[in-house]
Amino acid sequence: MIVALAVALGACTANGATPSTDDETTVTFIETTTPSTTATTTAAFPVTIATANGTVTVFSEPHAIVSLSPTATEMLFAIGAGGQVAAVDDQSNYPADAPLTDLTGLSPNVEAIAAYDPDLVVVAFDPGDLVASLDTLGIPVLLEPAATSLDDVYTQISQLGEATGHTDAAERVTTTMQARIVAAYDEAASGDELTYYFELDPTYFSATSSTFIGELLAPLGLRNVADPADPDGYGYPQLSSEFIIGADPDLILLADTVCCGQNKDTVAARPGWDSLDAVTKGNIVPLNDDSASRWGPRVVDLLEAVGAAAREVRK
Amino acid sequence: MSATAPDRPTRLSARAVLVGLAAILGAVTLGSLVGPVHIPFGEAIKRLFGSPSSLTDRQADILTAVRLPRVVLGGLVGSMLALAGASYQGVFRNPLADPYLLGVAAGAGLGATVAISAGATPAVLPAAAFAGAIVAVVATYAVGRSVGRRSTTSLILAGVAMASFLTAIQTYVQQRHTDTLREVYAWILGRLSTSGWHEVLLILPYLVFGGTVILLHRRMLDVLSLGEEEASALGVPVRRVRLLVVGAATLGTAAAVAVSGLIGFVGIIVPHAIRLVTGASYRVILPLSAMFGAAFLIIADLTARTVLSPAELPIGVVTAFLGAPFFVLVLRTAKGLR
Repeated sequence: MIVALAVALGACTANGATPSTDDETTVTFIETTTPSTTATTTAAFPVTIATANGTVTVFSEPHAIVSLSPTATEMLFAIGAGGQVAAVDDQSNYPADAPLTDLTGLSPNVEAIAAYDPDLVVVAFDPGDLVASLDTLGIPVLLEPAATSLDDVYTQISQLGEATGHTDAAERVTTTMQARIVAAYDEAASGDELTYYFELDPTYFSATSSTFIGELLAPLGLRNVADPADPDGYGYPQLSSEFIIGADPDLILLADTVCCGQNKDTVAARPGWDSLDAVTKGNIVPLNDDSASRWGPRVVDLLEAVGAAAREVRK
Repeated sequence: MSATAPDRPTRLSARAVLVGLAAILGAVTLGSLVGPVHIPFGEAIKRLFGSPSSLTDRQADILTAVRLPRVVLGGLVGSMLALAGASYQGVFRNPLADPYLLGVAAGAGLGATVAISAGATPAVLPAAAFAGAIVAVVATYAVGRSVGRRSTTSLILAGVAMASFLTAIQTYVQQRHTDTLREVYAWILGRLSTSGWHEVLLILPYLVFGGTVILLHRRMLDVLSLGEEEASALGVPVRRVRLLVVGAATLGTAAAVAVSGLIGFVGIIVPHAIRLVTGASYRVILPLSAMFGAAFLIIADLTARTVLSPAELPIGVVTAFLGAPFFVLVLRTAKGLR
């Protein structure tokens, strides 16, 4: 474990710049093992995996993976399968050495994907019967849709581990994630309940506690102020400014720092926001938009950043 | 649009002005007193008129820094959109002309999208929107005229084509710059919900200028409605009036769109409702459009922030949802009134 972490930390430094905000914590999930020499290659191919799109068989160790899901890209690199990835979609901006292309996962073109001659394709959703089209070309596809719980995240990491021959590394990643999450929750267990507002964009679209991110944060002793605005539990209501001011949350979490340049100053400059507790006490937490909208290993960094902020408030 | 019938009033009656002012006052009062956060009615009234009240600092903040600017901005935007709609209808002598159908709003949207994608600062967005809007209105008019100057449908068809064309380019630009997609969407959907006094000050000069130019030409628009040759014969500099009024309406629309996003229906509903009730003179329609446009949009915005409270609804949904049935109602009852 120690060795793995050391390798991971080294890899992270080597990766250099990540598209992140200043406050993003160090990412400790990148392994740099090459597929052919690694000791973690334990799975014997062919492997059969039960995924969201049915049972998928991968006949031999893939060496030309195309990932159209930014989350899957992060997972693949975290489990040391990065060297097997031939192309990633235009939104897969992390890690920096992922082979970014102009492929799009939103309106994908089957021919453009096939041009990379992939032996495994990973997608997060299936627009326009993409999966069926790739099936007819004989290309195995893993559909790894947006996670609704941490268990989904662990399952997806394991499936990617199996499909790429990195079962052990995948196991290590999930174990480390679990340990860090448990530690964060334990630390917050005895604290008072705090309220928080999770901002998705500067027009006050927000994520409630029924979303993946909301469920992730709740055990930190946090209550989401957006919940009354979403009685049906769809998860992403647009709040009115005065409602947020009236709720006066203990913590303001910004998941719009990259897209929309929001920070402590822009929040304090909003009409009527300057007197909010979180503003006057500086309890505004800038988060990386991508970590907040994906469900990869980096959610743990986000969780720890929020946990640290909650700890400060409770002091 | 037929010539002004002689039995229609051409002067603004004191009664109409009073009704208009009452509508604005009512809308402003309602708009500033109702919202997701409860603020006691009596105390808020006291506060609004500057006397001491028992409101907490937070309630006072919500009232003066969040609700009031939103109400004022809604009023200004509604006023401008209705005025611009009436002007386009007068200048183009076309009852269906409005910022949407002429492609002006789409042009403004494209201008702003290009600016956002190029990384421009928010301060230049109104100018970029205006540039796009002017291109759109000139192109629409040129295309419409080249098809047939007398036909009302040719101008509208040209506008619809232009709007589709510009929207296509806008979507293309968006898809090429997906990193700014959320910012563009936030802009298109409007920022009334996040605005403060800063936005009011930002667009006020454009609206005052645009509104004044339009209102000064109200008599000219009446003469224009007789027909181009007739107006020229009566000594109206047709080309110059047309240029000035269209420019002013477009500038005002672009500034309004820059803070409120694309809000449909106001520019066509309000002037027509007034025309149906009071008659066809622009000397009456223009000032009343400004007043009732303000009241209409304030109420629409109030609905937008209370119907799903504390969640928001995009205001464009409300203007269309309230506007369409209201228009049908006016259409049906107006026959009896006239």
